[in-house]
Amino acid sequence: MNMYRVIAIIRKEFIHILRDPRSLGMAIAMPILLIFLFGSSLSLDVDHVPLVVWDQNGTHESREFIGRFTASRYFDLNGHVTSYAEIEEAIDKREAILALVIPREFSRKLESGRKADVQLIADGSDANTATIAIGYAQMVADGYTSSLLLKAADQQGAKRVKIPVEVQPRVWFNQNMLAKNYIIPGLIAVIMMVISALLTSLTIAREWENGTMEQLITTPLTPSELIVGKLTPYFAIGMLDVVLAVLMGQYLFEVPLRGNTALVFGMAALFLPGALTMGMLISIMTRSQLLASQLAMVLTFLPSFLLSGFMYSIANMPIVIQGLTYLVPSRFFIVILKNIYLKGAGFAIILTEAGILLLFAVVLIVVANIKLKKRLV
Amino acid sequence: MDAIKAIGLTQKFGDNTAVKNLTINIKEGEVFGLVGPDGAGKTTVMRLLAGLIAPTAGDAWVYGCHTVEDSGQLSNHISYMPQRFGLYMDLTVQENIDFYADLYNVPRQIRKEKTAELLAFSNMIPFRDRLARNLSGGMKQKLALACALIHTPKVLLLDEPTNGVDPLSRRDFWRILYKLLEEKVTIFVSTAYLDEAERCGRIGLLHRGELILFGTPDEVKTHMSGVLIEIRCAEPRQILADLRTKLTLVSAGLFGAKIHLVLSGEPNQILEMVKNTLKEMGVQAEAEIVGPSLEDVFISMIRPIEGSDASV
Repeated sequence: MNMYRVIAIIRKEFIHILRDPRSLGMAIAMPILLIFLFGSSLSLDVDHVPLVVWDQNGTHESREFIGRFTASRYFDLNGHVTSYAEIEEAIDKREAILALVIPREFSRKLESGRKADVQLIADGSDANTATIAIGYAQMVADGYTSSLLLKAADQQGAKRVKIPVEVQPRVWFNQNMLAKNYIIPGLIAVIMMVISALLTSLTIAREWENGTMEQLITTPLTPSELIVGKLTPYFAIGMLDVVLAVLMGQYLFEVPLRGNTALVFGMAALFLPGALTMGMLISIMTRSQLLASQLAMVLTFLPSFLLSGFMYSIANMPIVIQGLTYLVPSRFFIVILKNIYLKGAGFAIILTEAGILLLFAVVLIVVANIKLKKRLV
Repeated sequence: MDAIKAIGLTQKFGDNTAVKNLTINIKEGEVFGLVGPDGAGKTTVMRLLAGLIAPTAGDAWVYGCHTVEDSGQLSNHISYMPQRFGLYMDLTVQENIDFYADLYNVPRQIRKEKTAELLAFSNMIPFRDRLARNLSGGMKQKLALACALIHTPKVLLLDEPTNGVDPLSRRDFWRILYKLLEEKVTIFVSTAYLDEAERCGRIGLLHRGELILFGTPDEVKTHMSGVLIEIRCAEPRQILADLRTKLTLVSAGLFGAKIHLVLSGEPNQILEMVKNTLKEMGVQAEAEIVGPSLEDVFISMIRPIEGSDASV
């Protein structure tokens, strides 16, 4: 590899980029926009579940029970109703996801020591949210039950009753279980995969379409010089995008970065060459700018979103699909970023994933080299 | 040494044979012109010689390098200028030249002198900082040539370099080419312009992938099959149409206001016959035997193969 020729390509590519402000603007604005949009809309947290109540009992006890719900941050009381028709209407209008019906004999049954049933109606059209909301309701009801039991035992003069087993949950790395804390690091990985492949998907195809490739082939330029020369400027843009993304995570979404910031950039530097080469390989194979950019979009966006563990847990996927996820480089970058961001992990912890990223880059560059033959047909 | 040597060079694209069994020797320091109608296979020949495609059969050597096996070496000796402008439109004249100088590792000092010389010679110094996109067609071609010459190639392959270029730029272009001959550069140029073919040391006529004529322009002209008779008259179009029905012609065509007829036979008898025919038709016309131009030769060569409508 001749460094002068590599530098010649780098210089030429930089000129192309700088003289095309629209593309450069896209390369910088697009990740910002995507991270902003996905970061603010993609929330997997379920809280402030809208709730309506039909209190047929209307006693001190029933109000205390309802108070348990309204005191929790998981529920927003959206009003009282007095019929099933009104409950139906509230759920239809999406004013409620849950409806709590307290029967007339609620307080009487409690006083006589019998089991008091309450009815919980959930909107199953969003099964995920409904399941979580029912779980919350169960928790609130359990809390109320145990406090009643304790009170009853007290009144009967029993010795201090203890609840035999009590779980004391303590969530590590993300105490408040805020979704954004793990969404944003994953999002950076996904977006960088898509952007990188898009950036380079045009480069080789453009040379073919403009007829400059035909001339380049007849010069002493080798495929590896062309590939390295073309990767370098886009690597610089990619790193700039990573810096912007990390800054957005820090200051816009206030996601804590517990690990070493330099390690984040180091890992990005390991991830980008593979991702960029993927776009270039698509460009080499298609020789058409339009086709290449569309393919790059589809081939990076879908796997990065669906198969990387970003949206859906890999452990829950069918075994064949699980195997496929090993071919998605963003999968490993997501693990690395989450580890650094949330756990403050050092290099030793993410060594395996880093090695895989390096392997991806090397394999892709070698394949691109082979595919970029110095021949017309 | 032969600068370019091809033996049995054949290129097939599917069922279509673009180049058929081409055998050719070009001496060092020669200007060779490859002439032929559109679709004759000129570009394929150029690409084969530049090592851009590997031939289906046969071999070619350019400056001693086999076009397939030594393609790495080959690239140091040749410059290939494709028919489609192969430069970067968003780079300036100077940047385009610098880019190719870098690719060929031309040393700084030589590069400076060479750039100045090339720009001066092609009258492009005032346009040094202009984007290639904003150059006229002729200037683009001159810039492409300057880029191709920055590393002083041994063999220059030019694919229809003056296609669509104005006459003034064409003259500049050929001036540069002639100057290269002093430096013993071998030039292999394809062209559809026959006046340019006349400027070449030797020419070859390519037709349907086959080289059907080869030699110096004068040698080629002796291959005229038949006698060429030029007729000057009023209303040449009508008279030509009538002559076609009355005489057995090898080929015929209009050259401005003149009619060119090609007939086979003994020259003087033929001339008499044509004159008599014209007299019978009651046409006032002058007819004489003329030496053929390359165009006449090529048309007379191609017409019998192809039928009637070939154009060169």
